[in-house]
Amino acid sequence: MAISREAHTVKQFDVQLANLRNMVLEMGGLVEDQIKGAIAALDQEDANAAREVIARDRIINGLQIKADEDCVSIIALRQPLGGDLRMIMSLANSVTDLERIGDSAKKIARMTLQMYEGETSQPSAKLLRDVRPMAELASGMLRDCLDALARLDVEKALSIIHNDTELDQEFQSALRRLITYMMEDPRTIGHAINVVFIIKALERIGDHCTNIAEHIVYLVEGKNIQQRRNIDMNTILTLAQDEAESEAKG
Amino acid sequence: MSTTAIDTQVALNGTLNRSASPPRSAGVQVTDYDNRQTVGKITVDNPKMTCREVNVYYGEKHAIKNVSLDIGANEVIAFIGPSGCGKSTFIRCLNRMNDTIPSARVTGLIKLDEDDIHAKEIDVVQLRARVGMVFQKPNPFPKSIYENVAYGPRIHGMVNTKAELDDLVRESLERAGLIKEVEKRMLEPGTSLSGGQQQRLCIARAIAVNPEVILMDEPCSALDPIATAKIEELIDELRENYTIVIVTHSMQQAARVSQRTAYFHLGDLIEIGDTDQIFTNPRHKLTEDYITGRFG
Repeated sequence: MAISREAHTVKQFDVQLANLRNMVLEMGGLVEDQIKGAIAALDQEDANAAREVIARDRIINGLQIKADEDCVSIIALRQPLGGDLRMIMSLANSVTDLERIGDSAKKIARMTLQMYEGETSQPSAKLLRDVRPMAELASGMLRDCLDALARLDVEKALSIIHNDTELDQEFQSALRRLITYMMEDPRTIGHAINVVFIIKALERIGDHCTNIAEHIVYLVEGKNIQQRRNIDMNTILTLAQDEAESEAKG
Repeated sequence: MSTTAIDTQVALNGTLNRSASPPRSAGVQVTDYDNRQTVGKITVDNPKMTCREVNVYYGEKHAIKNVSLDIGANEVIAFIGPSGCGKSTFIRCLNRMNDTIPSARVTGLIKLDEDDIHAKEIDVVQLRARVGMVFQKPNPFPKSIYENVAYGPRIHGMVNTKAELDDLVRESLERAGLIKEVEKRMLEPGTSLSGGQQQRLCIARAIAVNPEVILMDEPCSALDPIATAKIEELIDELRENYTIVIVTHSMQQAARVSQRTAYFHLGDLIEIGDTDQIFTNPRHKLTEDYITGRFG
């Protein structure tokens, strides 16, 4: 059963659920800003901005703890069932993924510091060429996730899972290019490795967005599609249909 | 005659073809409040009781509307739903307790194994020995603890000697998890026990006549959480030997003790399915609204 939009008899329960969801969306917004901040710091070679990103990660960690506590408290006090239970579980799981995305942004900021303060030379522009398009893909996925979560939009969630393949492919080709640069000129190895860490962090953001999209599908449809990550969207839908039909026969 | 009408006829004649159960919509989601067709799988592989197109009327009032479901052998099935939804009325059909209400009329087929419980040759006293009942409020007889349990086997002529009866009483109290608390006070009145103990005494009394099915109508609603936990643990143990049907207002209790759950609403069976599915992903909007506390 899709999530009910009716109000609970106990109105305070609605308030608690709405507060929790808003907190998760707010946390998502902060995480999105962190990615943007980390990429901007890298673009502008701004070590101070990178430090700010690293410092702000604490706020996100704090929100994760608060959201987890609220989930536990709602489970203990309200004993949610059905769509409410799926809502709590999906939000609790999504919070973990959001926190990890925050960690990825922090990782990018750390690498920025390393490149502009830790190394003797500056990285050449061609090493960083793939970072921006990948960052745009990754933050677009996160924005779609938050959108899908706010609207409980399954279609959008499924399209995010699809987009992750694109990001993975971008990662692979960026990696190949970096390896080529390293083979051509071993002096680039130090910076190239830093860039590998950055694009890996971006690739991980895509994975966490995929997780969140799966939590949204579970929240709305009650179906767990996590084991089917490598199957394309049409196959997922066909499988779901087959399942329903075989159940109808049985 | 339309196919449905033939199916109904077959069902009512008692020579039931299992495929003749009413059409149902499995795997679909029902978002329409007015759609009262049962969602979920009503049949099981090894039914202990089979109910088809059961209707109950109290005078003019249509209390149960065309309910069909199977109760599986050695399963615990929970009936849930708001007050007045017909779950107690339905459970009382299963051992013909509604016979005692003059205005009540029951139609449809209810089978215990292969026996139609409404057939002429069925002795209702025997039926109630096979399908025992435990009520909401503990109701021990105003007799000793021993006599409460011994009464049933004695009137059913199940034992020949005093020693046999003693053994049976002891065994029943043991199965009901009460023996340690009462073995030194067997001759004290049943009513001297605490509420939880009285309820377990009623369960011992029900199982003393070796029933096949035990019906429980809100057995824990008058008990504290500790006594409730003891009864729930007992239900889980009893499942090995008996089939248990439980009506409860506590959804947490239904979730804890049952394998299947049926949701009733204003006399209709709205949804039936595995307990796990009903409480995490119900398919009918009425079920979702009820279990998540969104009613009216």
